[in-house]
Amino acid sequence: MPDPDNTQPKKPDGLIRRLIKMSPDSVPKTVCVAVLLCLVASMVVSAAAVALRPIQDENRLLDKQAQVLRVAGLYEPGIDVAEAFQALEPKVLELATGEFTDQFDPYTFDDRQAANDITLSTPLEDDPASIRRQAKYVTVYLKRQAEGGGISQVILPVHGYGLWSTLYGFMAIEADGNTVSGLIFYEHAETPGLGAEVDNPRWRNQWPGKKLRDDEGELEITVAKTAPPAGEEYHVDALSGATLTSNGVDNLVRFWMGERGFEPFLERVKAGEV
Amino acid sequence: MAQTYREMLSDPLVDNNPITLQVLGICSALAVTSSLQVSMVMSMAVIAVTGFSSMFISILRSQIPSSIRIIAQMVIIASLVILVDQVLKAYAYEISKTLSVFVGLIITNCIVMGRAEAFAMKNPPIASFIDGVGNGLGYGLILMMVGFVRELFGSGTLFGITVLESTNNGGWYVPNGMLLLPPSAFFIIGLIIWGFRTWKPRQVEPREYSIQTVAAH
Repeated sequence: MPDPDNTQPKKPDGLIRRLIKMSPDSVPKTVCVAVLLCLVASMVVSAAAVALRPIQDENRLLDKQAQVLRVAGLYEPGIDVAEAFQALEPKVLELATGEFTDQFDPYTFDDRQAANDITLSTPLEDDPASIRRQAKYVTVYLKRQAEGGGISQVILPVHGYGLWSTLYGFMAIEADGNTVSGLIFYEHAETPGLGAEVDNPRWRNQWPGKKLRDDEGELEITVAKTAPPAGEEYHVDALSGATLTSNGVDNLVRFWMGERGFEPFLERVKAGEV
Repeated sequence: MAQTYREMLSDPLVDNNPITLQVLGICSALAVTSSLQVSMVMSMAVIAVTGFSSMFISILRSQIPSSIRIIAQMVIIASLVILVDQVLKAYAYEISKTLSVFVGLIITNCIVMGRAEAFAMKNPPIASFIDGVGNGLGYGLILMMVGFVRELFGSGTLFGITVLESTNNGGWYVPNGMLLLPPSAFFIIGLIIWGFRTWKPRQVEPREYSIQTVAAH
C-alpha cells in the first residue's frame, strides 16, 4: 500500500536503466555499447551458423556427388543426385600401391580428415601442389560399362593451391589409364571472373580427350599459355588473366597424375587389373 | 512527417533511385546481373539487409555514441549479411555458389551504409525499415532491368527458359557474348541513366562549369 508521507529516497536505478540514461558520448557508455553490440551480433551470427550447419553440409555433399556425376558424364539437370550416384562404385585406394583397401568403408571415409590425420598421411617435402600433407588413402569412384562388367572410367579426387584457395576437384580418366575425360572443381575461392573461370564449361571442355603421358610414359599433360613441344594433345590452354590459378591447376594435375599421385593405380587400370 | 510510407517506398524506385541518381552500388550491379535468377536473389538479399539494418540502427539510434557510430552500423550490417549468406548456403546452395563473394560484399554496398547514415540515424524504426526496403527495391529494379537485357541478348534465355533459340542449340540467334561480361553492364546502366534523365529532366545535375562565349577575332 502506498504511503502518502513517504519521504524515503527513491530506489536507485538499476544498472541497465542507468546505462540507457547515460549520455551516449561518454566514455563508459561508448565502451559498453561497443562491447554489448559485438556480443549480441556475434551470438546471433554463431547461432545461425551452428543451426544451419547440418543443412549446409548436406548441400555440400550433394553438390560434391553432383560434380562426380557431372565429370563422369552422368549428370542431367533435375535428376535425383543421390539415386544417380548409385551407378558409381566408390573404393578406398592406397595411393602408394595403387591397390584398393578394405580397411575403411568407402561410404564414410573422409578424404580431408585423412589428410590431416598424422597416422593416415605423410608430410610433403617437395610439394608442388602446396597441400602440405598427403593422405595415404583416398576415395575413388569407378564407373563400369555394365553391372559387374569392365571399367569404363575412373574418377579421381585432386586438390591443390591456386591463388587464394585450395581447389578441390575430380578428374575422370578413361579405361586406358591415359585419356582424360574431364576435370571439374567443386570447391575453390578463386577470383570471380578470372581464376573462378576454372568452372567455365568452355574452359573445362578442353580437357576431354587430352592424354596424360606420351608413348615413353613421360608425364606431358600441362596447363600453359603455349603448346609444349610434346604437342596439342597434352596441352590445355591457360586461363587469361589468371596465371597463378592456371599454374596451380597445372601443378596439381601434374602432381596427382604423377608417381606420388595416381600413377601406380593408373598403371593397374591400363593393365586391366582393376 | 514529410513523406508518407507509400512515398518512402516508391520514391527510390525512379525519382531518387540509388543506382541511377545517386550512382551507388554499381560494383555488385556489374557482377551479378548476367542472369535474371541471380539478379533476383541478389536484389532480395539487398532488400532484406537494407530494410533490417536500417530498422535495427534506428532502434538503437539514441544509444549509439557518435564517435563509434559508423563502426556500430557496420557491425549490425555485417551480422545481417552473414546471416543472409548462411541462409542462402542452406536453402539456395547453387545460387549461393554463383553469387560467391558478392553476398559478402553487400557489407560494402554504399546504399546500405548511405541509408543507415542519412535516414535511419534520424528517423523512427518503422519509417527506417520502409525507407531501407524502398531503396533495396530501387536497387533491385535496376538489377532486374540490367539482368533482363543481359540474359535475353547474352544467352537468349529469361530465367533459364529459352526465348531466342541460340545457334549453339540449333536455333537462329547468335548470342552476344559481350553482354555476359561485366563491362556490358556499364553500357546498360549508362543507357538506363540516360533514359531516366530524359524522362525526368529534374534529375539532370547542373553543370559544374559554364560555357563562356568569347568574342571572335
